[in-house]
Amino acid sequence: MSHADIMAGSNAESDSKQYLTFYLNGEEYGVEILRVQGIQGWDTVTPIPHSPEYILGVMNLRGAIVPIIDLRKRFNMPDMDIGKTTVIIVVKTHNDGESRTIGMVTDAVSEVYSIDENALQPLPDFGGSVSSEFVKGLSTIEDKMLILLDIDRLLDIRDKLAPNSQSSAA
Amino acid sequence: MSDDMDMSEIHDIFYEESYEGLDVMESGLLGLGIGQPDLEIVNNIFRAAHSIKGGAATFGFLPISKFTHGVETLLDQVRAQERIVSEDVIEVLLESVDCIRRMLDMFKAGNVPDEASSIELKQRIDTILALPSGGAMKAASNGEVSEPAELKQWTIQFSPSVDILKTGNEPLRIFNELRALGELKIVSDISKLPDIRTVEADSCYTQWILILDTDAERKRIEEVFDWVSDQADIIIECKESDITNSQAQTTPIAAALELPSSEAESAVAVGASSSNGKNSSSTKESGSIRVSIDKIDALLNLVGELVITQSMLARHADGAVAGSEAQGLKDGLLVLERHTRELQESAMQIRMLPIGASFSRFKRLVRDLSQKTGKKVELKLSGENTELDKTVLEKMSDPLVHLVRNSLDHGIEKPEDRLAAGKPETGTLHLSAYHEGGNIVIQVDDDGAGLNRQRILAKAIEKGIVSPSEQLSDDQINNLIFQAGFSTAEAVSDLSGRGVGMDVVRRNINDLGGRIEVSSREGKGSRFKIRLPLTLAILDGQLVKLGSDVYIFSLLSIVETVLVSPGEVRKVVGNGNVYRLRDDYIPVVRLRDAFKLRCKDSIKTYLERDGELLVVVESDGQRIGLFVDELLDQQQVVIKSLEENYKPVAGLAGATILGDGNVAMIIDVPSLIKTLDIAAITSKIEDFAA
Repeated sequence: MSHADIMAGSNAESDSKQYLTFYLNGEEYGVEILRVQGIQGWDTVTPIPHSPEYILGVMNLRGAIVPIIDLRKRFNMPDMDIGKTTVIIVVKTHNDGESRTIGMVTDAVSEVYSIDENALQPLPDFGGSVSSEFVKGLSTIEDKMLILLDIDRLLDIRDKLAPNSQSSAA
Repeated sequence: MSDDMDMSEIHDIFYEESYEGLDVMESGLLGLGIGQPDLEIVNNIFRAAHSIKGGAATFGFLPISKFTHGVETLLDQVRAQERIVSEDVIEVLLESVDCIRRMLDMFKAGNVPDEASSIELKQRIDTILALPSGGAMKAASNGEVSEPAELKQWTIQFSPSVDILKTGNEPLRIFNELRALGELKIVSDISKLPDIRTVEADSCYTQWILILDTDAERKRIEEVFDWVSDQADIIIECKESDITNSQAQTTPIAAALELPSSEAESAVAVGASSSNGKNSSSTKESGSIRVSIDKIDALLNLVGELVITQSMLARHADGAVAGSEAQGLKDGLLVLERHTRELQESAMQIRMLPIGASFSRFKRLVRDLSQKTGKKVELKLSGENTELDKTVLEKMSDPLVHLVRNSLDHGIEKPEDRLAAGKPETGTLHLSAYHEGGNIVIQVDDDGAGLNRQRILAKAIEKGIVSPSEQLSDDQINNLIFQAGFSTAEAVSDLSGRGVGMDVVRRNINDLGGRIEVSSREGKGSRFKIRLPLTLAILDGQLVKLGSDVYIFSLLSIVETVLVSPGEVRKVVGNGNVYRLRDDYIPVVRLRDAFKLRCKDSIKTYLERDGELLVVVESDGQRIGLFVDELLDQQQVVIKSLEENYKPVAGLAGATILGDGNVAMIIDVPSLIKTLDIAAITSKIEDFAA
């Protein structure tokens, strides 16, 4: 590969990023694939005391203790029983220099798409189940709508739990 | 040393070695007899001081090197038997050790110590140095220190190893240093130079013969080669120059050095290797290496994983396979299990240090305190070789200091009181460490007056810790000293009563997962017994079941487990429940409720049973009962952090991975009790009991 090719290649990729998409309550969501650590089948989850309802508990992921978040509960969607396609997508979040590994329960994984981040549309305010603060934007691929999530905000368990722990410690 | 080490890492090594050196000096000084010092000890002290000075000068910690220089000079006189070791000398040297330590602390914290802090001590050293050497044994023959030394010619054969340049040592620098001592002639020997095609640019093939005319002592010349003495063959010979110098006069010089030249070289070599950071021990050849704690913890973590994987394999093999093949597999797994256990034990052993190093610090403390208080105390140590996790050891240091201070301050009586009570004038303080039932026990015994229970009770009533109507057992009264805001000292001295009470001691020990007990006999003495877990990374756990989940208590926190029938639990006005455990009412809580668990199985299953399992735990002297569904095994578990990917949870110390791969939560009793707001319940119990 010549020098020019490499330059061209990296230029082309800087505009588009790869996203892993998954289904949740009939809609398709996407997370940046570079944040995905792995995809994991359903396994025993141990509940954590004093945790909000959407945190199902923790799981042993190759020796690490990883919290598992139920995305349906997080978005106040109706519950669904664990099925054959239920998977846990393990992602890495970054907040204020701290990084955490967190698993999120989804209905099923779908595809990997290259998405041009410059062409994202903002989420229209139509009162959907997903609050707009967790959404980076909408993208259309093959006539499907993809909701791209900002996982750092969505999975920021630190802030969401701080008041809880204080009240219980008091 | 590798090239990629930045300066701060090198500084850290310097600090660490200097602290070690100071410890060597301190313990040496404390063991040094008055009058007739053991020369071996003196040499150890001197070498430690010398390394500190050398290191400090090299890395630019000039206040330290300047100050240590005076100390070194004094030590040198002692070493050469020119100065008699008096109580004064030891005192000054001990204070110097403290002073150097303070300076190191300041540098380490990023400050530069000011001259004022050491000036007074420096003057005292200078005063001693200025004194005539106090009846030195060989004052007459030891001309080399007091009289101006004569010009002598030295021949030095300097044959460095080929790799000397790679270690960052530059012969040229050494030559320049020698030049500063006097007239230097250098003869190079390049006979070892290989063929030009095989020459490596960073290897040194040259050897030198150096001829030095100087009035400096041999020691000064040897110092120049300190840093390279283990990388070069160095032969230093004194050729009597034509200046009038008789054979008779050189002999005492060698004698004054106390070392024939070959020994002198080996002594220098030891000093040099420790200052090069290659050897962790500053005095003994222990063959150890310095490894960062992080690496060891990573290793321990991996070993923990291995143990889990191994037990998982064993479980699967149990049911899964049959037939002749299976036997081989099972045998193999048994061997694996044994090896894994051994590996785990050896890996844990890395973090373990003998408690002796920590104990020997108390020699100093006891010496200082007994001088200050005018009490006569003998410190006895036993079990110094008992090993303890490094972190536990470090965190135990303050509580132990406090206990020892307390025993000296409040426990052991003044000599005249002791005589009046028919006891020997000198009190005994006994520090011991030993293993007991998988725990480490550290015990502080004194043969002093014992706890004065009337005074403790009176004080507790005065402070409102107990009500006057309460009937307390002797044991309960003894334990009052651990209550917050309690200080028994009639007169607050500078020894104790500095705001850190026994409550802090107990909290520190509880935080480590340990317990402290006190027992005392009036007039005979008291005993503080501290029970500690072997290590912090691994916990001896009692597994219990709550609903479908497994929770783990530290065995150390459990007092007992009792079977309670539903009728024995009584409701107290408000919301608390209590159970009468022998003479005490203790608050009881359902652990499920405490953790607000969303258990899927019906609560009835355990209410319907005839008896309930109550685990009685204790922290900070507070006992509470926790109902659990079932008691499971006891096993060792590896503690893992919940914070790494989640956040700290009140009432939990962390989590662990069980043999089946599932996660189980580890209960932190002290923080659980805080979470439950037991104080509110306890106050109701008092109404109830009364």
